[in-house]
Amino acid sequence: MTELLSARQISVYRDGKTILEDVSLSIGEKDFITIIGPNGAGKSMLLKCMMGFYAPSKGEVVRRAGLKIGYVPQRLVADHTVPIRVRRFLTLRKRAPKDVLLNVARETAIEEILDHPIHVLSGGELQRVLLARALLDDPDLLVLDEPAQNLDVTGQLAFYKLIEKIYAERDVSILMVSHDLHLVMSSTREVVCLYHHICCHGEPNVVTRDPEFISLFGNDMARLMAVYNHSHDHNHNHDEASHPHDHSQSHTHEHLEKLDG
Amino acid sequence: MVDDFILRALAAGIGVALIAGPLGCFVVWRRMAYFGDSLAHSALLGIALGLLYGININLGTVIVCTVFALLLVWLQQRRVLATDTLLGILAHAALSIGMVALSFLNNVSFDLYSYLFGDILTVRISDLYWIYGGGLLVIGLLVFNWSSLTLMTLHEDLARAEGVNTVWANILLMLLMTIVVAVSIRIVGILLITSMLIIPAATARQLVSSPESMAIWAAVFGLIAVVAGISGSVEFDTPSGPSIVTAAAIIFALLSIVAAMRRRS
Repeated sequence: MTELLSARQISVYRDGKTILEDVSLSIGEKDFITIIGPNGAGKSMLLKCMMGFYAPSKGEVVRRAGLKIGYVPQRLVADHTVPIRVRRFLTLRKRAPKDVLLNVARETAIEEILDHPIHVLSGGELQRVLLARALLDDPDLLVLDEPAQNLDVTGQLAFYKLIEKIYAERDVSILMVSHDLHLVMSSTREVVCLYHHICCHGEPNVVTRDPEFISLFGNDMARLMAVYNHSHDHNHNHDEASHPHDHSQSHTHEHLEKLDG
Repeated sequence: MVDDFILRALAAGIGVALIAGPLGCFVVWRRMAYFGDSLAHSALLGIALGLLYGININLGTVIVCTVFALLLVWLQQRRVLATDTLLGILAHAALSIGMVALSFLNNVSFDLYSYLFGDILTVRISDLYWIYGGGLLVIGLLVFNWSSLTLMTLHEDLARAEGVNTVWANILLMLLMTIVVAVSIRIVGILLITSMLIIPAATARQLVSSPESMAIWAAVFGLIAVVAGISGSVEFDTPSGPSIVTAAAIIFALLSIVAAMRRRS
């Protein structure tokens, strides 16, 4: 597997505080990595170091030559003082042929709003516009920083569905920071749990059982994840049942299965 | 027959309007109006140094304003005080030091009023070289960096992720403003320079739907204000700066009414 982008033992210190400590992370082809962690855990800083905004205090970031990164920020605050339509926003600093632009617009369902000014768009539309902009150069890696943070629940679901579709259809790796792990569980290949250092990482269903994960997010979150894990896991591998469950967990579990059926 | 000095003033004013319009869009978008005002205040120190040491006043202003802008960037990086506080300190310090320095000049012919509000009688041929030379530089850099600067205005991190050096781009905008401030003093005066940047751009905003057309229309409205203002100044013997700004404000008011009516219908 060729590495697209990797952080090698990077540390970041700011104002006498440790933001990141000895973090290593490697993104290969067709990877789907989700970084989770509490507020102030250094998630955004890790992304920014990996994209080269800041040099880490220690360690290094290695980038494959010619790597194309598409970046989707948390939100675009569309300022009404700047008059700009979606079409022009997409092509600022980018030379996109008409058919490429239209294809990407269709892919992200924004072809209807291409001639709207960006300050009248809804939150979901703005995020899709940002996603479209990131896709225009046909990137090897999409970097998303809590891309659905400011959307309502329906909007979040729709947005993550779109990300999954793009991941399935394109030859692209995904590195995403997200709080909505339960929504991205099924597509995420690897979860990295960050709190200044990497607490634990691995496949989603493994990570959510990790004691480090539980100590960071609490039992409730872990249980919630276990539930989602299960409902998305079509093998219905019941060896979870052999673990000593407490009552509440099996309760939620049953409840959800009923809903599913 | 139109007098030479009027033609010089018109040429100077038109030059200023053509640069200030497009650059003014960024002042409006990035909320740099207070920065522009502060920069203009510090220009008085540049004038004082120019007169004291016998260097060209435009050059003195560019030097002082550049030092001012770099000092501001450096202080901002330290993040101890908010930008508007820093601007307040630097602007008023520069203005006061400028006034103190000027009081040492035993030059009776020095007319502070003309520097504060502009005086078309003071425009010389050498000023036109400054305006059009500086103007070409400003427009060239603005056009060349247009997309990057606009993207940075919409989303700084996005621009950074796509390879824009945002620190350099911010400094570039400040330096372009120092040039505009330096070359505008003769026409509109220190106290009114910011209005040449923001009023035409704000007027244009009400009509347009793309950043590029806002820049072009801002230049056009600035140009109309300059021609109307200088004509009025000659006709009624009023100071040129206030006359131009009055014209710009009237255009802004008229366009606001038109835009409001259009929205209603």
